[in-house]
Amino acid sequence: MRKKIILAVLVLGSAFVVFSSVLASGVRIRCASTTSLQNSGLFEYILPVFEKKTSIKVDVVAVGTGAAIEIGKRGDADVVFVHAKELELKALKEGYFVNRHDVMYNDFVVVGPPEDPAGIRKAGSVLEAFRMIAGKKQPFVSRGDNSGTHMRERKLWRLSGIDPRGERRWYLEVGQGMAKTLRIASEKQAYTLTDRGTLLSMKDTLRLEILYEGDPELFNQYGVMAVNPERHRHVKYKEAMMFIKWLVSEEGQRVIASFKDKTGRPLFIPNAR
Amino acid sequence: MDFLADALRQALLLLVSPDAELLGIIALSLAVSGSAVVAATVLALPFASVLAFKRFPLKGGLLSLMNTFMGLPPVVVGLLVFLIFSRSGPLGFLELIYTPYVMVIAQFILAFPIVTAISHSAVVGVDPAVIDAAKTLGATPFQKTITIFKEARYGILSGVMAALGRVMAEVGAVLIVGGNIRGYTRVMTTTIALEADKGDFELAIALGIVLLAVSLLINSVLYYLQRKGKRQ
Repeated sequence: MRKKIILAVLVLGSAFVVFSSVLASGVRIRCASTTSLQNSGLFEYILPVFEKKTSIKVDVVAVGTGAAIEIGKRGDADVVFVHAKELELKALKEGYFVNRHDVMYNDFVVVGPPEDPAGIRKAGSVLEAFRMIAGKKQPFVSRGDNSGTHMRERKLWRLSGIDPRGERRWYLEVGQGMAKTLRIASEKQAYTLTDRGTLLSMKDTLRLEILYEGDPELFNQYGVMAVNPERHRHVKYKEAMMFIKWLVSEEGQRVIASFKDKTGRPLFIPNAR
Repeated sequence: MDFLADALRQALLLLVSPDAELLGIIALSLAVSGSAVVAATVLALPFASVLAFKRFPLKGGLLSLMNTFMGLPPVVVGLLVFLIFSRSGPLGFLELIYTPYVMVIAQFILAFPIVTAISHSAVVGVDPAVIDAAKTLGATPFQKTITIFKEARYGILSGVMAALGRVMAEVGAVLIVGGNIRGYTRVMTTTIALEADKGDFELAIALGIVLLAVSLLINSVLYYLQRKGKRQ
């Protein structure tokens, strides 16, 4: 019996220590964001700089862009940092968010097996590349999670005049984040659309190559906005705005620009005005 | 094969000289699951003894409900707790979503039926002669209950250990309600899931080894308790 009590006290004690050490560190704000920013390692790189400067701790919940915007709409976050400009502007107009800013961009690329069985290296546009994949019925892994990347992919299929959904043989909707989708594509030697940041950060462990890039349709803009405090009284609007202002400040933009992959290539290009 | 051996070696190196992040993740796992099971035990013991000794309508229904809930799917519990504690949910004003506290609540819901059902069968199995003797010696109802718990302690502890093993290993509920926030709500199982996707297998394997060691420990304790209980 005594041993059990000691055990219980130990467990509760350690729980207390962990929780209080976690809570002691000043104000926390919550940022709903995309898996591409988390998986690429950008947050791990830039957040310590911001946290050191302001002693505001930023907790990142990384999901797809669609889900991140929903989290913000429900008031479960203070700020969202995503990449689907049309969707962001719509939610802004509906009054869920305020103070949207462009932060940075990179681009989407089409990756696939190094042998490129569909031959998209020779494609004249990304739409042609998509048509070649569909024409050869080569496996294509889709995020399938309503993320920014998924929305872009669906738009590209729509523009190419192909509806791949229902094509169970070669079109695989996995409903996962960017890293998992790339891993599945690599294991299955399939094509997929990815943001360049996540790809570069994982490249060593993947058997995939960039097979198509550079089309204006593949431009990928990231934006940040605060949850509207009039809609959700409890949000930490002041701290959220400090984070947003820092991201678009000269210092924030410089830190983003200095985030590079192992070969020294920048993963995101800052473009706040 | 090189890749596997290399990752394994890195993982072992990490275990030998663990960094703050690894230790933090392990500590948080133990704290969340430990608190959930302690809380579940505190509430489940009186509930189990009421189920065992009081007669009331729907008792049988309640009991089979507890037995059914022993196998509650963690993702469903996660979803339910999420809907309740989201800012837009009924208990959203508590501001608990995406914190370690709400993870404790979700795991508590998973642990409670397990502790209840196993404790119940342990308590029911206590020799009636012991209860009679306690009564004859003038025990108050409270003293009687304590006597019964003492008699059934090995069975009850098995229930506690089984619950701990289950919640330590679950990933669905804590992922949904905790959000897998680095350094805040990221536990062993959710880290493994994330790191495996990212291709950083060292940390994933190291945590996998810790998780296996913990469940091995729990099962050894279980085995020891059951042997000791039988010998009695």
